[in-house]
Amino acid sequence: MAKIHGAVVIEEERCKGCDLCVVACPTNVLLLKDKEVNDRGYHYAYMAQPQACIGCSACATVCPDACIEVYRVVEK
Amino acid sequence: MELSQIINPANKVYSRPALLDDNTMHYCPGCSHGVVHKIIAEIIEEAGLQEKTIGVAPVGCAVFAYNYIDVDWVEAAHGRAPALATAIKRLDPEKLVFTYQGDGDLAAIGTAETIHAANRGENIVIIFINNAIYGMTGGQMAPTTLEGQKTATTPYGRRVDLNGYPLAISDLLARLDGTCYVTRQAVHTAAAVRKAKASIKKAFKNSLEGKGTSVVEIVGTCSSGWKMTPDASNKWMEQHMFEKYPLGDLKDAGEIKPISK
Repeated sequence: MAKIHGAVVIEEERCKGCDLCVVACPTNVLLLKDKEVNDRGYHYAYMAQPQACIGCSACATVCPDACIEVYRVVEK
Repeated sequence: MELSQIINPANKVYSRPALLDDNTMHYCPGCSHGVVHKIIAEIIEEAGLQEKTIGVAPVGCAVFAYNYIDVDWVEAAHGRAPALATAIKRLDPEKLVFTYQGDGDLAAIGTAETIHAANRGENIVIIFINNAIYGMTGGQMAPTTLEGQKTATTPYGRRVDLNGYPLAISDLLARLDGTCYVTRQAVHTAAAVRKAKASIKKAFKNSLEGKGTSVVEIVGTCSSGWKMTPDASNKWMEQHMFEKYPLGDLKDAGEIKPISK
């Protein structure tokens, strides 16, 4: 069976830490930074479990600030 | 597989639409406006309509919409966006003209303009963000505020004996002969966003084909006004807003659809 690898790149400075991508992710890849904040003082999102990402774009689709880029590779 | 192998331009499946300007949006974290701006930018970009599109910005939180989507914009006086859009479309019928309005703008101060533009069947698209509150001015009661909903001006909840009933203006617009397409969508999940995108795309198509007024209502959240986290707002919206404002097409191809409540 083909294995799908995904990854997201989050523009940290644009992220407002609204948590919607974290909730939208079906494989629980994303989390908000616990202690670190960006220049605007928001706890930005990051990939806590990169290996679980399937590149489905759910996080990027619901992101109100369009700060997520999604990459996907299908390994045959 | 290493992250560096996955992250390369050849594998990119989703990125920020180029039509969205670089400015960081002034909206609060988790605001539905951001998602709707993004899908409008995507649609215009995918259809290659950038040079052909004129947006009419409202008064309300979306007043700065012209800072975010790289098309031509006109700023309307409060509630007068459909009247202005009528003028633009009549003077230049080849253009794609859309208004972007909130519930205070469209359903309160601009009720007359909205209803008459829709009744005349102007070939414009009205994108209506309904978050049941006046977000920009600090969360006062709007005509669309639900019964019992607490706002700055109804701190004990909206009372119908005092404040009247919530106004489902899209249902009203669906009854008018001038509208060809009236739909109600939301943007709280990825699936809902895709459906909303398809609806706006269809509305733009109707406008270009000269079929009449298309209205796309997006039931949205106002986490600051509702005083909840963005995620809790989405849940609250599913539980309470969808009961009064059920999602789906209210009218398509000139035919009124039965509303399931």
